[in-house]
Amino acid sequence: MNPNRIDAPGREAGELSGQLENGELTGATGPSPREAVPWPAVAKRQVELRRLSAYYGDHLAVKQVSLRFSGSDVTAIIGPSGCGKSTMVRCVNRMHEETPGARAEGEVLLDGADLYGPGVDVVAVRRAIGMVFQKPNPFPTMSIFDNVASGLRFTGTGRGEIEDRVHAALREAGLWDEVKDRLGKPGLGLSGGQQQRLCIARALAVEPEVLLMDEPCSALDPVATLRIEELIGELKERVTIVIVTHNMQQAARVAGTTVFMLDGELVEVGPTEKLFTNPDDERTEQYVTGKFG
Amino acid sequence: MESASLSPRPRGFLPPVSGRRRRVDRFARSLLWLAAGVAVVPLVLVIFYILSKGLGAWSAEFFTTDPTGDFFGNQGGVKSAILGTIEIVGAAALVAVPLGVGVALYLTEYGGDARLAKAVRFFVDVMTGVPSIVFGLFIYLTLVLAGTGGSSFAGWKGSAALALLMLPIVTRSAEVVLQLVPASLREAALALGAPRWKAIARVILPSAASGIVTGSLLAIARAAGETAPLLFTATIVKATTFDLNQPMNSLPAQIFQDLKQPNDELVQRAWGAAVTLVAMILVITLIAKLIQRRSRVQGAP
Amino acid sequence: MEAASQQVQGGGRSLDRSPLSRFPDRLLHIGLTAISAAILVLLGYFFVKLTLEAKPVFEKFGVLGFVFENDWDVSKGIYGALPLVVGTLVTSALALVIGVPIAVSVALFLTELCPRRMRGSLTVMVDLLAAVPSVVYGLWAFYFLIPKLKPIEQWFADTFHFIPFVATGNVAGPNYFIAGLILAIMILPIVSAISREVLSTVPSEQKEAALALGSTRWEMIRTAMLPYARRGIVGGSMLGLGRAIGETIAVTIVIGDTPILGHSIFDQGYTLAAVIANEFNEAAADPLHKAALIGAGLVLFVLTLVVNSIARLMVLRSERQGSRPTVAAAVEGI
Repeated sequence: MNPNRIDAPGREAGELSGQLENGELTGATGPSPREAVPWPAVAKRQVELRRLSAYYGDHLAVKQVSLRFSGSDVTAIIGPSGCGKSTMVRCVNRMHEETPGARAEGEVLLDGADLYGPGVDVVAVRRAIGMVFQKPNPFPTMSIFDNVASGLRFTGTGRGEIEDRVHAALREAGLWDEVKDRLGKPGLGLSGGQQQRLCIARALAVEPEVLLMDEPCSALDPVATLRIEELIGELKERVTIVIVTHNMQQAARVAGTTVFMLDGELVEVGPTEKLFTNPDDERTEQYVTGKFG
Repeated sequence: MESASLSPRPRGFLPPVSGRRRRVDRFARSLLWLAAGVAVVPLVLVIFYILSKGLGAWSAEFFTTDPTGDFFGNQGGVKSAILGTIEIVGAAALVAVPLGVGVALYLTEYGGDARLAKAVRFFVDVMTGVPSIVFGLFIYLTLVLAGTGGSSFAGWKGSAALALLMLPIVTRSAEVVLQLVPASLREAALALGAPRWKAIARVILPSAASGIVTGSLLAIARAAGETAPLLFTATIVKATTFDLNQPMNSLPAQIFQDLKQPNDELVQRAWGAAVTLVAMILVITLIAKLIQRRSRVQGAP
Repeated sequence: MEAASQQVQGGGRSLDRSPLSRFPDRLLHIGLTAISAAILVLLGYFFVKLTLEAKPVFEKFGVLGFVFENDWDVSKGIYGALPLVVGTLVTSALALVIGVPIAVSVALFLTELCPRRMRGSLTVMVDLLAAVPSVVYGLWAFYFLIPKLKPIEQWFADTFHFIPFVATGNVAGPNYFIAGLILAIMILPIVSAISREVLSTVPSEQKEAALALGSTRWEMIRTAMLPYARRGIVGGSMLGLGRAIGETIAVTIVIGDTPILGHSIFDQGYTLAAVIANEFNEAAADPLHKAALIGAGLVLFVLTLVVNSIARLMVLRSERQGSRPTVAAAVEGI
């Protein structure tokens, strides 16, 4: 997945994912023949939405959105409150259906394969597509180390492996220096910005292909926000990032492509600079110039 | 569902979820379903069993005669037990509900965070855990042995024991409900110049009324089913009496006494009494829950 | 609060209120405070009275002697309450072991797995278990449960005789196990109600965090819900324990009322509460016996006070964690 990672000596792209995701690692029972299909290594993933609609009961919140997130940069999704941007993003990792009465229609394709197809395991989808939430939500009863390791523990990863990957994830999230001496301390003891970076580390530890960020900085102060924006800049080399934000300046700072949504509809998508300086759609122009929202 | 399959998968498809994890998940979930089933079984069994055994005992005689029996070997019904339960529990409620609400009012309106209030709150909580037999023992020591009121065992002493049992329940539930009365309502009443006692009587209590009634009914249902405290206080007699200063029968005590008798008729009577008691308690409980649900729908505390 | 209310009253009326018109308020205040303080006094008096009345037996056998001597022989006037204490603890422990896992599982089921349509009726059914009076549970257990379970218990005792405390010659009809079982049924509603409340306070963001990492439902429950709710669930279980310790009538009907320390859970036994209920009649004439029973009551009182205080503290702390004052209300509804 990331052949250039310094902290993963001896690992090759493909070998890492292949051994990890196919069955268990602890060796008590090896991967069964059914599951030992090699996992091809891909640097970044294409995510495509095809006529995606999302419902809360009878209320249609996302209306037939078709969209591509390219793997080569960060995509920002902007729009006024209630326009459906969070809902749409939550459909990508199939978290939307966790809300009672909620459902989605249409297709979400990860490199051509429909995540809503028959026989697709939603747990596998969420493993491959990570999410960082608006309010930092580290597990309160766990230490910093255990928080980052929590995703790895689901698949029975071995202890040495877990330790390596936790350290690596903390480094990737830019939190290592601040917590390396207190990995055993509770996760809640950190500041807001640190907690959010902890959640990012936790998401990164399972090595997702795509990282969804739902207004990750809205609960943080400007300094912490800047720190995370820098982090996004570093991470975008390794992971496809989609960030929902209500802050247009943030979109301008971090994203190469921006999507504007209104009332559940996809209004316009294009290079960030163009969207902000010379948008095609009149509604986009009104929004970015602050006439509403 | 497993996404692994033997056929070649399209490039870029997802890594499968381990079969072991899926199995554990399914197993855990079925255990939870099983637990839900198991939890329901006893209730169904109990209700079914007492109905099948007890309904047969119901008759006009059952409800209208005392368990004194007569020359012909007729054991008699449970009239005195039913009446006794109503009298004893009723008297207990007459004492416990006002006192309980009073303590709750103290805690919410006057006590606040004072040390006394904290101590009272804590000990009322603790009081809910005291076994009913200990309350009965206490009343026995202080009232029965002392012959207070000119009698040893007496119905009202049974009421006293039950009132001790009910008090913390009423207080706790009333306190919760009173706390839910919006502060704005309180302040509005006081701002209009009403003295505190009027604000309480006219505004606060009415708005918390349904919650207080619910809590009191549940306390009554609980007290009606208690046997142990009555054994020491009102004891078990046969004849109907309306004099609370005399020993008095009650349904739980009657059941307890008829329970292990070798006489089939007595056992049958015990079942009939059990159905009666459970029916009374269920009715009170359901009324309480109905009031609770209705008030929730209306948005009152 | 008093001062605030007088500041809020406008128009200077508060300044003009005559002492006479303030009288009802003062009366109410004093009256309610007095009643509440009286509760503390009453509880203290309880304790003192019980201790005084039990003194004779403590004087004769010593407190430790009374509690830990294994010999309760009324005919000889010897009162060592160990069989009673052990009986109380064993039946309560059985109740916890059987009842808590089921109660918590039911609570989890209702919170996470139960289809919406079933939720209301199932909740009511579990809560209704609390409406059945203990004497009726005893009656049902004596005539239905004991005969039905005896062959199974015998088979179990014969097959698993190597497990400590299981083997016994002939399984007694009434025994510790049945008492523990019926207690488990009786504490089920309370432990389940509290667990339900606590589990429902787990913030959805915690659950989503676990799910978004790619966890199965059970893994999410294990990672995000149970650790968060642990303190409240333990508190609720201890409240159930308190109930089990003090339960008298159902136990005395099904435990055999034998003041001998049994070797197996399938032997007959006795508990502190049961001995009081059973023997107080004949003890009326015998002062030492009476003191012994009161001593048993005192031990019971202290036990339940301790257990319930700890339980309340734990539930209180978990309440603060979730900032919802309604967990205790769930208890009072039972």
